[in-house]
Amino acid sequence: MDFSEQFLQQLINGLSLGSIYALIALGYTMIYGIIKLINFAHGDVYMVGAYIGFFAITQGGLGIFPALVVSMLVTGILGIVIERLAYKPLRHAPRISLLITAIGVSFFLEYTSMYFVSPTPRTFPTLMGDVSIHVGDLIINGQQLLILGITMVLMVILTYIVHRTKIGKAMRAASFDTETAQLMGVDADRVISITFCIGSALAAVAGVLVGVYYNSIDPLMGIMPGLKAFVAAVLGGIGILPGAVVGGLILGVIEALVAGFISSTFRDAAAFAILILVLLFRPAGIFGKNTSEKV
Amino acid sequence: MFNKKLKRVAALLSGTLLLGTLLAGCGGEEAKSDEIRIGANFEMTGNVANYGNASLEGLKLALKEANEAGGVNGKTLKLIQVDNKSEASESVNAATKLISEDMVKAIIGPAVTANVIAESQVATDNKVPVLAPDATSPAVTVGEDGKVKDFIFRSCFIDPQQGDVMAKFAADNLKAKTAVVYVDNSSDYSKSLGQVFKEKFTAAGGQVVMEEAFLQKDQDFKATLTKIKTANADVIFVPAYYEEVGKIVKQARELGVTSPILGTDGWDDVKVADIAGAEALNNTFFSTHYSDKDESVKGFIDAYQKEYGHAPNVFAALGYDAGRLIVDALKRAGTDDPEKIRDALATTKDLQVGTGTITMDKNHNPIKQAVILENKGGDRVMVAKIMPEAE
Repeated sequence: MDFSEQFLQQLINGLSLGSIYALIALGYTMIYGIIKLINFAHGDVYMVGAYIGFFAITQGGLGIFPALVVSMLVTGILGIVIERLAYKPLRHAPRISLLITAIGVSFFLEYTSMYFVSPTPRTFPTLMGDVSIHVGDLIINGQQLLILGITMVLMVILTYIVHRTKIGKAMRAASFDTETAQLMGVDADRVISITFCIGSALAAVAGVLVGVYYNSIDPLMGIMPGLKAFVAAVLGGIGILPGAVVGGLILGVIEALVAGFISSTFRDAAAFAILILVLLFRPAGIFGKNTSEKV
Repeated sequence: MFNKKLKRVAALLSGTLLLGTLLAGCGGEEAKSDEIRIGANFEMTGNVANYGNASLEGLKLALKEANEAGGVNGKTLKLIQVDNKSEASESVNAATKLISEDMVKAIIGPAVTANVIAESQVATDNKVPVLAPDATSPAVTVGEDGKVKDFIFRSCFIDPQQGDVMAKFAADNLKAKTAVVYVDNSSDYSKSLGQVFKEKFTAAGGQVVMEEAFLQKDQDFKATLTKIKTANADVIFVPAYYEEVGKIVKQARELGVTSPILGTDGWDDVKVADIAGAEALNNTFFSTHYSDKDESVKGFIDAYQKEYGHAPNVFAALGYDAGRLIVDALKRAGTDDPEKIRDALATTKDLQVGTGTITMDKNHNPIKQAVILENKGGDRVMVAKIMPEAE
């Protein structure tokens, strides 16, 4: 395997890792875009989604796609419940209260799940045979392609919903100015609920796919991917849907290249160094416009 | 105003403290004169709960057998179990509770190195002997100053011996000339094994061509594995715990890495096969404490199967060994004085336990042979028995 092949293989590894970050980042960025909340519990919603998918497959005997749907439904409802119970009462509180509450929700989900499903990692049953494509010395895994494909499709669907549908228009209006939107007859509570529902359902998709791909899930699995997805969302420009996907893919590729050509121990350091650099030099992210806060 | 508030807080605090002391005083139930209390400090929940629970089952079986055979010195053994949640700080709390509230005469456990090291100060201060069934780091029984810790013992072999055994196996049995060492940077166990393997493999004429690392809880190893693949080494040594090992083997095979992958006793769990799948696991070898195919351990396996309805894993076997060792020490001490138990543990010689014979060396480490198992078509085959060099 010569250098260029190794580089290409690392690129493939990076894109597949990045598409998982992208998938989680989509939900992150969507919720931020509408209610300006950095939902730190998002990584844990992703974990709950993985477990629901796991039980749908092992206990319910469902296949991968029905299990995905079940997991999306249940996790979407969980998203609505979380918003109603934890965030809605704080709608007019300072931003920092919401942020701290989000961290609280995150711990609550982690340790409640640990109580119910035990901290022992679970292994997903094998659902898809190992289909891999060989191009010369390069190896592309079928599941990697599936994840990348699903991420792209979801990004397109979401962008369509936000920019082309009535509910999307309501979302953008509520995001722009909640009070005025309400005066114009937009039911802001309903819009925010729907936003959380969609965001959480996206996290569930990521959870189930990761479970199938890496074959192992546990109650603390959401912490690191949650943080990485946050970095991805900031990198792409938080609040912007295509930004989340591009940010996720770039982050994944950088991690793979750092691990492959510099040192595996610097991988996570590189990811978070990116966060610091972006915040320092381009706080609005790749796709974001630098706007000054209106007074 | 501020002062008043402070006073109130102080009063409240001291009140709580007093209440706490009172409650603690009531907590420990008096030991009966016809029983000997043994503490079990194990990982019953948390990320290495598989290890802790299995060891505990083995230990319970050994004590049950001793009690059924008439007890020890005319007394029955009573095991008091505390969960350390797989965390070092909880392990200290558990040991403190066992010593001060339950008044145990000896502590068995925890399973993993870090948690044993965490409790060793409390146990030493209170002169209560600790017997660690599964902790394989040298630092468990020998302090940073190079002195043997008076009250800390173990009943399994130590890391350097496993690194030594695997290096020998790679060089002699597999005829390997080059190796990659891939360790878990968040675990002392993994790092120290990697170190020893490198020394011994180089001494045996081999060459370590690449050293890489990952972290506990990592999901994706493909970037590093792609790099490892380019090294084209004869063997890859991954001394790590089951969860990451399963993922590493799976992803390595997906990337077309075909060389033998070697490991240590952290591999000895069914989760590895669950995660990696039987096919990916072919051509992997690991050192461990015993093989259930070995005729000499059949007695223990049958008894265990009868008690729990499933076969023992290695941690269960080691827990059982620890139980046998403590029972033997109690008998030879002839009393339940913790210091006498300590002396008896230190002089253990040629004791037949579940997985072989144990003789305690001067560093409180047993001299014991290791077996090497190969994963083959979903089964495990014993391919070698190697006696490590005595220190």
